[in-house]
Amino acid sequence: MSFLDNNLLTLILFFPVASSLVLLFLPGKEKKLIRWVALLASLVPLILSIILWLNFKTGIKGFQFEEHYVWYSAINSSYHLGIDGISLTMVLLTTLLIPIAILASFNIEENVKAYMVLFLLLETGLLGVFVSLDLLLFFVFWEIGLVPMYFLINQWGSEKGERELWGGIKVKARTYASFKFLIYTMTGSLGLLLAIQMIGVVSGTFDLPTLFASWTTLNQSLFGLPIETVKTIAFWAFTIAFALKVPVWPFHTWLPDAHTEAPTAGSMILAGVLLKLGAYGFLRLVLPLYPVESKHYAGALAFLATMSIIFGAFSAFGQRDFKRLVAYSSVNHMGFVVLGIAAAARVQGTENAVIALNGAVLQMFNHGISAAGMFFLVGVIYSRTHTRNLDDYGGLFTLVPVYGGILIFTSMGALGLPGLNGFVSEFLVVRGSWPIFSVYTAFAMVGLLFTGAYVLKGIKQVLHGPLNEKWIGHLSEISAREVIVIAPLMVIMLWIGVWPAWILNVINRAVEVLF
Amino acid sequence: MQFPVISVIVFTPIITSLLLLIMPGNRKTEIRVTSLGAAALDLSLSIWLYFSYNVSAGGYQFVEQYNWLPQFGISYHVGVDGLNTPLVLLTGVVMFTGVLISWGVDDRPREFFAFLFILATGVFGVFVSLDLFMLFFFYEIAVFPMYLLISTWGWKVTREYAAMKLTLYLFIGSVVALIGALAMYFNSGLGSFDLITLETANFSVGFQRFWFPFVFIGFAVLGGLFPFHNWSPDGHVAAPTAVSMFHAGVLMKLGAFASLRIGIMLLPEGAKFWMPTIILLTLVNVVYGAFIASVQTDFKYVVGFSSVSHMGLVAMGFATLNREGLIGSGVQMFSHGVMTALFFAVVGMIYDRAHTRQIPELGGFAKKMPLVAVAFIVGGLVSMGMPGFSGFVAEFPIFMGVWEFKPWIAIVGAISIVITASYIIRIISSVFFGKMPESYADHITDVKVLDKVALIFLSVLLIVIGVFPSIMVPMVESGVENILRLLGGA
Repeated sequence: MSFLDNNLLTLILFFPVASSLVLLFLPGKEKKLIRWVALLASLVPLILSIILWLNFKTGIKGFQFEEHYVWYSAINSSYHLGIDGISLTMVLLTTLLIPIAILASFNIEENVKAYMVLFLLLETGLLGVFVSLDLLLFFVFWEIGLVPMYFLINQWGSEKGERELWGGIKVKARTYASFKFLIYTMTGSLGLLLAIQMIGVVSGTFDLPTLFASWTTLNQSLFGLPIETVKTIAFWAFTIAFALKVPVWPFHTWLPDAHTEAPTAGSMILAGVLLKLGAYGFLRLVLPLYPVESKHYAGALAFLATMSIIFGAFSAFGQRDFKRLVAYSSVNHMGFVVLGIAAAARVQGTENAVIALNGAVLQMFNHGISAAGMFFLVGVIYSRTHTRNLDDYGGLFTLVPVYGGILIFTSMGALGLPGLNGFVSEFLVVRGSWPIFSVYTAFAMVGLLFTGAYVLKGIKQVLHGPLNEKWIGHLSEISAREVIVIAPLMVIMLWIGVWPAWILNVINRAVEVLF
Repeated sequence: MQFPVISVIVFTPIITSLLLLIMPGNRKTEIRVTSLGAAALDLSLSIWLYFSYNVSAGGYQFVEQYNWLPQFGISYHVGVDGLNTPLVLLTGVVMFTGVLISWGVDDRPREFFAFLFILATGVFGVFVSLDLFMLFFFYEIAVFPMYLLISTWGWKVTREYAAMKLTLYLFIGSVVALIGALAMYFNSGLGSFDLITLETANFSVGFQRFWFPFVFIGFAVLGGLFPFHNWSPDGHVAAPTAVSMFHAGVLMKLGAFASLRIGIMLLPEGAKFWMPTIILLTLVNVVYGAFIASVQTDFKYVVGFSSVSHMGLVAMGFATLNREGLIGSGVQMFSHGVMTALFFAVVGMIYDRAHTRQIPELGGFAKKMPLVAVAFIVGGLVSMGMPGFSGFVAEFPIFMGVWEFKPWIAIVGAISIVITASYIIRIISSVFFGKMPESYADHITDVKVLDKVALIFLSVLLIVIGVFPSIMVPMVESGVENILRLLGGA
C-alpha cells in the first residue's frame, strides 16, 4: 500500500498517457474495442482519485501526497507534485468528466484511435496543472494541454460553417476557431513564460512552496527597476495569462468560437475543465505569489469579472445558436469565480475572504459539472437535428419528453435554482463579496437576472412553443448511453445542492490557509 | 592502449567512401547496404561513446594524440567533452537517418553516398578536434563535398546558384577565421596549434578584442548569424533531402560550435567585450528569421528560415556567456539538429510525391501518410518550444540566461515563439489536413518502411529529451563548466 500512497499522484497523472500508448498499438479498425479500452482506461484515474479523496486529511495545513524527484537539475526545477483541497477538487472534477466525455464520444466514427489517444493525453495535461508544485512543471502541463485540444477542434470539430478572413480567403470555421484558440492562448502564456523565467533567474528555484516564502519577501531592486515595479509587471503577466483562459471579459473572444466548433466531448472538457485552469492559476499562483499586488488591483479584477457576468449574460441572451448560447453562459458563470477571487484578494484572511473563496472554488466545480452537462445536451439534440439554430427547434417536449426533462433539470442547475448546485456556490460568492465590492456585486446580481432570462429563453425555444412539424418522426428519444452520460452529472448537481458539506469541508481548509 | 573509438568514428565514413568508389556503380543495392552498414556502425559507436562518457569526471575523455607535423606544433589530437559528445551523437543520428531516407536516390548513388560520407568525416572531425590546424583541415573537408552534392543532385532550378553562393560564403568565412587563428598562433609564442595549450596562452586584452570578431564571425557565417545567413535558406532549398538534413542538422552546428570553441574559449576577453553587440545580431536572427519564415510560400524555405531563427537562439545563448545560456545553447544544438533533420526529411518525402513545395498547392497528406504527419507535428511542437519536447528544454535556459544578461532582449525575443507557432500551425493545417488537390491525389502512396524507421527514431529522440532532460543536460553542463572557468579566469 505504501507504494500506492507514495506515488498515487504520479499514477493518476500518467496512467492516461500509458494507456494512450497501448491504444496506439491496437488496430485502427476495431472501433468498438478502442472505445471500450479508452473508457476503461479513463475509469482507472477516477477510481484512484476517489481513493485519493478518501485518504485526504482535511484537518492538515499545507500539501499532501507530495512527491519530489529531480527533473531538470541544471535550472533547479524538479518533479514536485502535491495537492491541497483546491487541487483535489479539481483533480476529481477532471477524472470524473473525462470518462463521461469519452462515453459521450462513442458516436465518433472518424479516426477513433487518434481521437481517443488525444483525449487521454489531454487528461494528463489537465491533471498535471492541478498537481504541480513546481512553477516550471506547472507551465509544462499548462501548455501541453493545448495541443490535444487544438487537434480535437481542428479535426473532429463541426463540419459546417466557414469564416471569411481578411483578403476574402475562406476557411473552415473549425480551422479558424482552433487556430484562434491556440494562438490566443499561446500569446497569453508568453507573458507568463517570461515572468516565470524572470522569477527563476532571480530566485534560483522554481519550487512553489519555497517561492511562496522567498519571492513574496524579496526586497531588492531588480534589473535597475524598483522591486514594486517588477512585481507589478510580473503580476499582470500572470493575470493576463490566466484571465485569458478563464476567460475574463475582454479576453474572452476565443471562447465562443472554440466551444461552438469543438466536438461535443471537446466542448464538455473545454468548458468543464480547461476554463478552470485559469481560475486555478489565480488561486495557486497569483494570490500566494503576489499578495500585495493582488490586493492593490483587486478592484480592477472585480470590475472585469462584473463585466464578464453582465456581458456574458447579455451575449448569451442574444444568441440564435444554441451552442453559442451555452458558450457565452460560461463567460457569465466564470465571472462569479473571478469575482469571488477578487473579493478575497482585497480582504485577505478575513471571514468574508474565506466565504468568497469557498464559493469560487465550489463554483469552479459546479460550473464544470453543469457546463459539461449543457454542452452534452446540446450535442444530443444536434446529432439528431444537425442544426443548432434555436429558430429551427420548437415544441420538442412532446417528441422527446425524457430529453426535455433532463434539459430542464440541467438548465436549472446552471440558472442557480436553490436545491441544485449552482445556487450554493453563487450564494457563497455573493455573500462573501457583498461587503467588499457592494456595487459590483449588485451589478452582478443584475447579471444573474439575465442568466435566468437566457436559460429560460433556451428552454422555451427548444422545448416549448408551437411544434416544428418537420421533426415529427425524425427525432428519436435520448438513448440509454446518453442517459448514462448525463445521469452522474445530475446526481452530483442534486447532491451538492442539497448537502454541499462533503465537498466544502475539503475546500474550506485549503482556502483558509491560502494566505 | 584503449580502443581508439573517436578515430574509428571519424574515419569510418571516409574509408567507406573509398570503398564505395571502387565498387561497380551499377550494383546499387550493394552500395546502399554498404552505406547503411557504415552509418549504423558509426551510429552505434557514437551511442556507445555518449553513454560511456563519464559525466561526473568531466573534461576531455577518449583523448588520442599523435604527432603530425611536430616542427609546426601540429598534432592529431582528438577528444570529447560534455559539449561535443552530444554533437557526435547528433552527427551519427543524422548520418544514419540520412542514409535511410536516401535509399531511393537513383542517380549515381555510389558517388552520392561517397560524397555524403566524406562530408560526414569532415563534420565528425571538426567536433572532436583539439588542434586548431586539424579543426580547419576537417572544416574544409566538410565544406567542399557540399558543393558537389548540391550542384549535382540538387533541385534543378537553383542548384548551381545556391551551391556557388554557399561555398563562397563559407570559404570567405573560414578564411577570415583562419587569419584570426594564425594571429593567435603567432602571438601566443607557444609554437603550438593545440587548443588546450592555446587556452593557457594569456593573450593580451587588446589582442583578444581585436581578433575576436574575425574568429567568431568567420565561423558564425556557417552558423547562420545575421546578416551572413543569406546563403543558408538557398542552400537548404537547393540541396537534396539527405544533404539538407546534414546541412541544417549538423553543418550549421559546426559553425556555432567552432565559434564557441575557438572564439569564446580562446579569446574570452574578446567575447566579453563584443557579446553585447553580437546579441543584438542574434536577436535579429531570432525574430526576423521567424517573420521571414512565416511569409514564405515554399515549404522548404519555411523550414530553411526557421533554421536561421533557431540557430539564432544558439548564438544568443552563447552571447550571454553565462551558465544557463550556454547550457541551453548546447542542448539547442542537438535538439535543433534532430528537429530540422526531421523537417527536411518530411519536406523531401512530400516533394517526391507531389512534385511541388508550394504550400497552397499541398493538402491532405495526413490521410495518405499518417506517420509522416505525426512526425512533422512532433517536430513542429519542438520548433515552437512546446514544453515536454526538447525545444523547450533548450530554449528555456537560453531565455533565462538572456534575462540575466539583458532582460529586454528576452522579452523581444520571446515574440518569435508566437510567430513560430503561427507558421508551424499554418503548415500543419494546410499541408497535412484540408483537401488534397485532385491533380495528384490518386498517385500518392505512403512512405517506405525505412523512411518510417528514420522518422520514428528522430521523433522519439525529441520526446525523450523533452521529458527526461537529465539524459543530456548534466553532460552539457559539465562542458559548460570548463567554458565558465576560462571566462572567469582569463
